[in-house]
Amino acid sequence: MPTVLLLGAGSDMAVAIARKFASEKYDIQLAGRHTAALVPQQQDLQLRYGIQATSHAFDATDYNSHAGFFAGLPVQPDITICVFGYLGTQEKAQENWQEAAAIINTNYTGAVSVLNVVAESYAAKQQGTIVGISSVAGERGRQSNYIYGSAKAGFTAYLSGLRNRLFRSGVHVMSVQPGFVDTRMTQHLTLPPLLTAQPEAVATAVFKGVARKKNVLYVKWHWKYIMLIIKLIPEGIFKKLSL
Amino acid sequence: MQKRLANWGNYPAVASEENAFTQEDQLRHYVVSNDHMIARGNGRCYGDASLGKNSISMLKYDKMLSFDTEKGIMDVQAGVTLDQILDIIVPKGWFLPVTPGTKYITVGGAVASDVHGKNHHVDGAFSGHIIDMDVLIASGETICCNATTHEDLFWATCGGMGLTGIITRVKFDLKKIETAYIRQTQLKAKNLEEVIRLFDEYKHYTYSMAWIDCLQKGDSFGRSILIVGEHATPEELNDTQKKAPLTLPAKRKLSVPFNLPSFVLNTFTVKAFNWLYYGKNYKKVMHKVIPYEPFFYPLDAILHWNRGYGKAGFIQYQFVVSLDKKDGLIAILQRISDKGWGSFLAVLKVFGEQDSLISFPMEGYTLALDFPIRKGLFEFLDELDEIVLQHGGRLYLSKDARMKQEIFWNSYPNARKFADIVKQYNGNARFESLQSERLLLTK
Ligand SMILES: Cc1cc2nc3c(=O)[nH]c(=O)nc-3n(C[C@H](O)[C@H](O)[C@H](O)COP(=O)(O)OP(=O)(O)OC[C@H]3O[C@@H](n4cnc5c(N)ncnc54)[C@H](O)[C@@H]3O)c2cc1C
Ligand SMILES: NC(=O)c1ccc[n+]([C@@H]2O[C@H](COP(=O)([O-])OP(=O)(O)OC[C@H]3O[C@@H](n4cnc5c(N)ncnc54)[C@H](OP(=O)(O)O)[C@@H]3O)[C@@H](O)[C@H]2O)c1
Repeated sequence: MPTVLLLGAGSDMAVAIARKFASEKYDIQLAGRHTAALVPQQQDLQLRYGIQATSHAFDATDYNSHAGFFAGLPVQPDITICVFGYLGTQEKAQENWQEAAAIINTNYTGAVSVLNVVAESYAAKQQGTIVGISSVAGERGRQSNYIYGSAKAGFTAYLSGLRNRLFRSGVHVMSVQPGFVDTRMTQHLTLPPLLTAQPEAVATAVFKGVARKKNVLYVKWHWKYIMLIIKLIPEGIFKKLSL
Repeated sequence: MQKRLANWGNYPAVASEENAFTQEDQLRHYVVSNDHMIARGNGRCYGDASLGKNSISMLKYDKMLSFDTEKGIMDVQAGVTLDQILDIIVPKGWFLPVTPGTKYITVGGAVASDVHGKNHHVDGAFSGHIIDMDVLIASGETICCNATTHEDLFWATCGGMGLTGIITRVKFDLKKIETAYIRQTQLKAKNLEEVIRLFDEYKHYTYSMAWIDCLQKGDSFGRSILIVGEHATPEELNDTQKKAPLTLPAKRKLSVPFNLPSFVLNTFTVKAFNWLYYGKNYKKVMHKVIPYEPFFYPLDAILHWNRGYGKAGFIQYQFVVSLDKKDGLIAILQRISDKGWGSFLAVLKVFGEQDSLISFPMEGYTLALDFPIRKGLFEFLDELDEIVLQHGGRLYLSKDARMKQEIFWNSYPNARKFADIVKQYNGNARFESLQSERLLLTK
């Protein structure tokens, strides 16, 4: 049976993605910082969908461990989905380097580190799929979250370059650009219902996107056009807006 | 996130800060650093029991932990809903030991209301089938309890409406079945006397309940249809059903998309009942084998049917009076029929005995019907409450949104003892709902 590796498996989005793939009879590898917390999820996937699920210790910011982590998986996954991320607090990150570094290291450096390992393996085998969950926040820097946004911008650029490089090796790389998603990350915010996706909708979109070999996926289609407009605003005007 | 929340009766609707969890640690952290909080499952209680300033949504705490297909034991996080469990267990030959009339409730909600089903007179309420469960109390400690360990916490949590803490995990027994079908018998009763006699005559059936027409007077007062059933054996199935006895044919769901004016639902139920009574069901006794879904969950086929009562919402009024207080049942039904404010149909059921601390069921007759909210309704229901009280009965907290506190304290014999246990585990009344404030349970 084909296998999916989820990096950052305890996130609300990853829970939904795991269920979607498991319901389509994929085996699931759950990777995250707290393996004990992944056990109920592992049991749930096996029980509901009758597939094999395993849990693995993984920390995105422990770069040196990534090669060993990937090589040590019981089977090499056919699909790797990079879900982890850290929103952090913008104001705090402006004053406190540790917060800024955590945002950058989780969303960008950690993702590059682990996906480099995965990419080498897939390139050598000439097959595999890599999915990266980035964010529309990376499409233009705004005062309210530009540290997170710039890290996601870096990640988006990385995914696009990786896609370009691996195209000839037959490896598919998909960038996912969610707008607002109703998860723990955004629980403290009041989000506009029309523009907010449920994690299950993201999961379905990711599953279909992988099947159709999509390059860039916006989860609520509105976001593609919203971001198009936002990117068209001249910088002279943009800098005066309170976004 | 700030939300406007209402339960199934759409009354009351209140602003509430909603928080959801996937990990126990996150939940513990939230519980020890907040107050005025109450657990919320799928919002299928009708009134204000799961509404409060801060609501703890359990819907993402929904992992199934184990399913012993040999012994029929299920162990789940409390946010798993019954419909998800049925999807897994029925194909393996198991069924819920007790189920309410909707499958869209969480296991935590089933425990906190100590729900009853059509089999109460045979199998008791949900609490009787729990092997053990975890409750996260106000101090942040998680306590595993059952009928023999930490039994005070256990009994105060079953039917305790979330006031002892957050139920996080429940392990319970399942019931063995051979098919996903029910062998059902429908019986027409021309009045209340007859349906009560039929309930007694058919009490050896595992499942029973009756639809009562609340509008009839005189000789046909209490005209009803009694429906009884048993899990069907493979021999009782027809050839198509026999091919896959544990699988149901796929069905489409209808949904009421928006709030309708409240007469629409009544017109619909009047037609449906008359059709059953005079039409197809022209024989006095009818037998058939049907899938378990329409038998247990007839209303689930229409998602959001509650919107049929319009924007103002409705109260579902459910009470129980003991078997020797049949006159109480008659008196109340008479008042309801005279007033003409209630739904056309009511559900009647006979409960068996139940030993409990604060659960609703007790041996007797229980009647449930809907009242669209209107001016004067609460005063009228206050009058009915008095009759219930005079006849030694009580109201179901899970349906309540308006009962006066003295009715509660005078009708539940263990109210004081329950409140004392709640205090012990729920220091400073950190878990608190609009209902518990109204009934002065957590004051
Ligand atoms: C169509 C319909 C038919 C029904 N038929 C029946 C019936 O036949 N028999 C019957 O008994 N009931 C029946 N009910 C009522 C329903 O079964 C109960 O109200 C049930 O408790 C709802 O569960 P929920 O998950 O929706 O919880 P909610 O409605 O959100 O909450 C109900 C109560 O449970 C508490 N609670 C929920 N989860 C937890 C938790 N994890 N820890 C602690 N407390 C918790 C809440 O605080 C609240 O007090 C019916 C309801 C509907 C809509
Ligand atoms: N929610 C939105 O509106 C939204 C919008 C656009 C994009 N996104 C992106 O979507 C992805 C999923 O987020 P979510 O909304 O589901 O939020 P979430 O539930 O907060 O998930 C974030 C996950 O990242 C994990 N993580 C953080 N640091 C890690 C590290 N060093 N090593 C390993 N795992 C780490 C967390 O694991 P722990 O459990 O160990 O903390 C958590 O599981 C993120 O990349 C996010 O940036 C979200």
